[in-house]
This record gives sequence, structure tokens and C-alpha cells, in this order.
Amino acid sequence: MDKQRRKFLKIAGVTVLAGMSAPVVVNLTAAPPALASAGKGQATTSVPAAAHGGEAAPKGVRLGMLIDMRKLYGRPELLEKVMAVCNKVHNIPKIDNKKSEIKWIWKTPYANAFIDQSTNHSSKIARENDFLVLCNHCNQPPCVRVCPTKATFVDTKTGIVAMDYHRCIGCRFCMMGCPYGARSFNWMDPQPFIKELNPNFPARMRGVVEKCNFCGERLALGKEPACVEAVKEVGAIVFGDLNDPQSEICRILDKEHTIQRSAALGTQPSVFYIV
Amino acid sequence: MYNKGTIIPGLIIFVLLITFPLWFNAFSTASTVPKVELPPGGQKECVKPAAEMRANHMVLLNEWRDDVLRNGNRATVTAGGKEYRKGLQTACMACHTNKEKFCDSCHVYTSVTPFCWDCHLTPSVAAAKKETN
Amino acid sequence: MIEKALKGNSNYWMWLAFLSAFIAVGGICYLRQFLYGMHLTGMGRDLSWGLYISQFTFLVGVAAGGLMLVLPYYIHNYKAFGRITILGEFLAIASIVMCLMFIMADIGQPLRGLNMILHPTPNSMLFWDMVVLLGYLGLNIICGWVILTAERKQVKPPKWVYFFVYLSLPFAVSIHTVTAMLYCGLPGRHFWLSAITAPRFLASAFAAGPALIVIACLVMKRIANFDAGTEAIKKLTTIIMYAAIINAFFVGLEFFVGWYSNIPGHKHSLEYLFFGLEHHGHVYNNLVPFMWTSVFLCFGGLALFGYMKIKDVFNDVWVGVGCLMIFFALWLDKGLGFVMGGLVVNPLNEVVEYYPTANEIGITLGIWATGFLIVTILYKIAVKVEHEVEGHQ
Repeated sequence: MDKQRRKFLKIAGVTVLAGMSAPVVVNLTAAPPALASAGKGQATTSVPAAAHGGEAAPKGVRLGMLIDMRKLYGRPELLEKVMAVCNKVHNIPKIDNKKSEIKWIWKTPYANAFIDQSTNHSSKIARENDFLVLCNHCNQPPCVRVCPTKATFVDTKTGIVAMDYHRCIGCRFCMMGCPYGARSFNWMDPQPFIKELNPNFPARMRGVVEKCNFCGERLALGKEPACVEAVKEVGAIVFGDLNDPQSEICRILDKEHTIQRSAALGTQPSVFYIV
Repeated sequence: MYNKGTIIPGLIIFVLLITFPLWFNAFSTASTVPKVELPPGGQKECVKPAAEMRANHMVLLNEWRDDVLRNGNRATVTAGGKEYRKGLQTACMACHTNKEKFCDSCHVYTSVTPFCWDCHLTPSVAAAKKETN
Repeated sequence: MIEKALKGNSNYWMWLAFLSAFIAVGGICYLRQFLYGMHLTGMGRDLSWGLYISQFTFLVGVAAGGLMLVLPYYIHNYKAFGRITILGEFLAIASIVMCLMFIMADIGQPLRGLNMILHPTPNSMLFWDMVVLLGYLGLNIICGWVILTAERKQVKPPKWVYFFVYLSLPFAVSIHTVTAMLYCGLPGRHFWLSAITAPRFLASAFAAGPALIVIACLVMKRIANFDAGTEAIKKLTTIIMYAAIINAFFVGLEFFVGWYSNIPGHKHSLEYLFFGLEHHGHVYNNLVPFMWTSVFLCFGGLALFGYMKIKDVFNDVWVGVGCLMIFFALWLDKGLGFVMGGLVVNPLNEVVEYYPTANEIGITLGIWATGFLIVTILYKIAVKVEHEVEGHQ
């Protein structure tokens, strides 16, 4: 009797354990599409164009941005406009407290934007102007690598580093991983701090991390990102597919010398600058 | 049986207590089944039949969420010949503009508190923020 | 066996009441944070990890430190540790419970914590940290409980439990290695981006964990009539000395790499921690006194132990003082300096200092008090079982 009971308990225990762990096993074995395709991209680096230290052969769409700072020098009102438009379109709260503020795209001096560039004898232009910084939508994003819930991930159709606010647990590991300071955490309920609400876009809740989404919601409607549109008059920001040699952004990248923020870290940023 | 005098009344009290919700609801008039209203704009058709929406709208919302955010599938949905972008704000609230009537009345009745509105905006909330500025 | 924790003298209950007061305050503080938001902490956009995560990091080390008792006893058959290995296992249980509480206190959406299991992500070190921490917690509960039960019945522990005992050895190393990997794999965080982080964590863990156990033994010798034995304590102080020296050596190596290479990113955090970091005419140095306290306590403790070894004297009070010094030194080093130092320069080369808030400190003390409460109860059980066995003989 006793032995049978023991046996039953053992079998029951094992069954319960197996049942509990089944979803984990299933999920683990089903590789996330983003990672799976990234792996494939790596495997095809035998293309001659991908030199040592270069990036993997282009595959699919990879959206990128080119900020031509030459067209923004001496025009701080344009930088303000870009920031204001982004804040409005995405219901970004305005919190007047450096500790808790939320930023998607903002301006900062040259020395802060390009920390690996020398500021010794930097030009007057670099000293006197602020530079636009935002999420670089890296091809090898460390934030995605460290996220424990896949709340931040690479959208395989666009190359956008996206956020799923429904899934984020607020561990802020992505903020540790991001070498660009592009991520903000909602330390408090943001809604009272939003000046004007865009009814077609959600706000966020307290306890989740947020950042620039390259205006995924506007791209779906065939529009350009809000910041691109905001400075259309001078054409300072160009947006397009970095993997398409015929795209406007690629044609300019071919012609002009561009730099990226902290490129040496191997994150392969998708935001380029002409300074 | 020992201690009949205490055990039986104790049992009765116990049974009454654990069945409290049942008979409280049976006798109380506080909650009545919410009355369903069609959207104020006069639309008659939803993206799916009303019965299916009533039972499974949360599943559909989760599917839309994953489609739009994670799978890059932002294909529009059609209802009554009109196209809508998938989403609580962009599709549902376009017709059902009154969150109190459309969402809360049933959610309160069934005692569920979804966290949609922690982030998503109702037309009235969005409008209120427009006026003050 | 739990009933043994329910009998004690007035001091025992006073101590539990004292801890409970802290737990209650911590609970209220946490409730405030849960209801109002994490802006009640001193953390912000740049210093987005703070006291909670640094305590977590330190306590993973305390948990791993139990290895220094379990390994000599089970692998090298070092009998002098026979009475105290259970203390190492029980300390690990309490430490990991504290770790998990600190993680829950730190995340912005604690109710979504299960997303870690519902959406397992093997490329995240946090996922693996959860796996090894839960594994190590389970192993210690199994091993501690089964072995203590066997001791109480005065029979040999069942053979199967040794599988878990041996499995717990690599787990102890893994918990702190994976915790180090949370930090040392992040591009752009120069202070953490060092392969020596994991070994350094282990070295400080193997000093801090045993130091706490020695302190507990000395306290229990006075108040609970539990003698761990002079030989065991002496051996532990030797282990603590070596581990603390290796840790100090590793820190010294970080200094060399920073100053000899002269790469600013490698120097900034150490400059901030030990000398003050000058930036745009302002010197940021709020942790300098703490770090030098750490240095003096560490070398003071080592000198004290060294003196006792050379002169071959043994004195409970001085051993206790030395262990306290080293434990506190390592807490300052890892439980304060490591995380704050690594974050002081943000990715845009701005310098931001961190000051925890009262609410945050309240929660932190509450979690520490919970850990001490668990340790007290578990040690009470362990000591009572030993007394019971001795009473039979």
C-alpha cells in the first residue's frame, strides 16, 4: 500500500513538473524569428563586400537615417521643432526633472553625442551647435541581446528595434546594454505630464522602458517619420532602406563622408551623420 | 457523535459563509445585467459577429497587438464596408467612443480590470487634453 | 522540524521582533513604491540601477560563499567543517531569498515577472541568472533539509542526496559567474567590461560568505551554546584571508589596466570611486569616503588575521572583529561601489551621482531584515537538532 502510494506520488510529481516545464521547452525550441534570421544573415558573410569588421551582407529591409547636420547648424529652432513634433506624435511626457525625464530624440553637444571623437581643436561649428541623438536602431543591438522577455526585439521586416510595452517587466537591463543612452524608463505615471494627446497613438504606463520606434505606426500609413517631415523644408534628415542601393539614403551615403556614434562598439548603428 | 451542539451549528455557519456570494447575489438587486447599446455613430457591423466579439474580444485584441507590434502585420480590418487600422484606439474606439458604456459597464459587472487604459487613450481623455492646451 | 523554531527564550523573540519591525517598515515603503512608482527611489534615467541591484549582486556572492564550507567537507572530507556545512547551506537559502526580493523590488512591473518564464530568452543573461539562482535555491533546500533530517534521526543521509550536494558545487560558482556576466558583457560600460569581473566577484564572495558564517558561529557560541570548534574557525579565517587578498589583487589589476593604458573610460569609474572625478569644474566624489573605508577595513582585517596567525593566538572577539571588518569592506566594495561606480559616467559622457532615498533605504533594510529573520530561524533549527542529537548520545 505504502509503496504504491509512493510510486503514485513519484509519477504524479514528474508529470506535474513536465507539464509545468513544457511551455518553456516549446518556447525555447521555437527560435524567435528575429534571432533566427539574424543568425542566417551572419552565415552569409562570405560575400566579398563584407570585409573584416564590416557588416553582414544585406538581407531584407533595414531602415536607416541620415542626419545632415550641415543643414541644421545655426538653426536651433529646427532642432526644437523636431523634438516637439516627436513628443506630440508619440505622447511623450514632459517631465522637468533630469532624473525622470523621457526622451526619444533630443539635442546634445558634439562632445556628448560623439564621445569617441576628439574635441581637442574641434571646429567652431561643432563647439557651438547641438546635435540630434536618438535610438540608433542597431543591426546588432545590445538591448535586444540582454532583454529577458523579448519585450524589445528587431522587427525582421524593417530592421527597426521595436518595443512591446505590454511585455516589458521594467528590469531596465536594456538601459544598461544601450551604449547610446537612448532608452528612458517611466519612473512615474506619464499621463499627467503629457501636454497634448495624440488620439491615434497610445501613451505608456509607469514601470516600462520606452524609446524611439522610427515611427513604425506612420510608416505603415505610408508616411515618413515625424522628425524627417519636420525638417523637410531643409531636407536635413533622410530616411530609407540601407540595404537598397537605389534608395536616396544609400546614394547620399555613397557620395558623402558620414560618421556614426560609437561605431567601434560593433553595434552597427543605422543612424548616420554628416557633420 | 461528540459535541453535537457545537459541531452542527458550526457546520451550518461554515456552509452559509462559504456560499455567501451565491445567496448574496440571489437576493441583492445591486447588480443588473448591463444593457447593450449600439455605438452612437449608428454603425451596425463589427469586424466580427457580435456574439463572437462578446466572448472573445480579448483574444482578438491580443492577436492584433502581436500582429501590429511584433509581426509587422499592420493589414487593416474591415467592418461595415469601412477600413480600420488594427488597434483598440484606431479600430474599436472609432465607433464605440464611450468607454464607460462600451467597456466599463460589462467589466465592472464581471469584475475584471484589464490594464488596457493604463496606456491606451479613450476619445474623451484625448479630447480633454486637447482643450486644456 | 519547523516546530523547533517556535521555542526560544526572550532574547530570541526580542531579536525576531526587532527584525520584524524593520520588515514592517520595509513593507510599508515597498507598498508606497508599488502604488506611487519608482520615482520614489534615487534611481533615474542615467543611474537606472541602484541600491537594489547592488545588494542583489553582493548577496549572490554571500550565497555562493557557502561553497567554501561545502567543498572542503564533501570533496576533501575535511571533518572539522562537519558541524557548520549546514550553516553554509542555510545561509545560501536566506541570501537567495533576499536576492529574489531585491529583484522584485527593482523591476517596474513586478506583476509581469512571470514573463521571464513565459517568454524564455536564452540570449539574456538575466534569464540564465534566474535559472541558476532558482536551481541553487532548490538544491540548498533539498540538501540542507535532507541532511539535517538524517542527522536528527541519526542515520546516514540517503545516497541520492549526494548527487544534489555535488551538483550544488558548480551551481555555487555559476550563480556568481552568471551574475558577473550581467555586467561584463555590456558594450560601452567600461568599468564592468572586464573579464576579471567574474573571478573578482567569486573571490570577494568566498571571503564575504564565510566571514558572515564565522560571525554567526561566534554569536551562537555565546548565546546558543553552539561551538563550531576552533579548528573550523581557524580554517575559515585562512580561507577568508586568501579570498580577500585575491580580491584586492584583482582590484589592483583594474587600477593597472586603467592607469597604464591611460584610456579615460577605464579610469573614470575608479577615479570617481577613490579620488573624485573632475568634470566641467565640478568634482564628483560622494563615494570616496566609503571606498577608502573599504580599503582600510579590508587591510585592517587582513592585518589582524595575519597577526593572529603569526603569533598563533586565537581570540573569539578579535576573530569576530576581523570578520566584521572584511565583510563590511567587501559590502562597500561590491554592494555599493561596483554598481554606482560603473554607472557614474553615462553613455553621453555626462556625470551623474546617485543618492538613495529614504524610501529606497527602508525597502533595502526591510529585505535585509527578512534575510536575517530567515537565517535566524534556520540556524535555530540547525542548532536545536545538534543539541538534540548530543542529548541522545
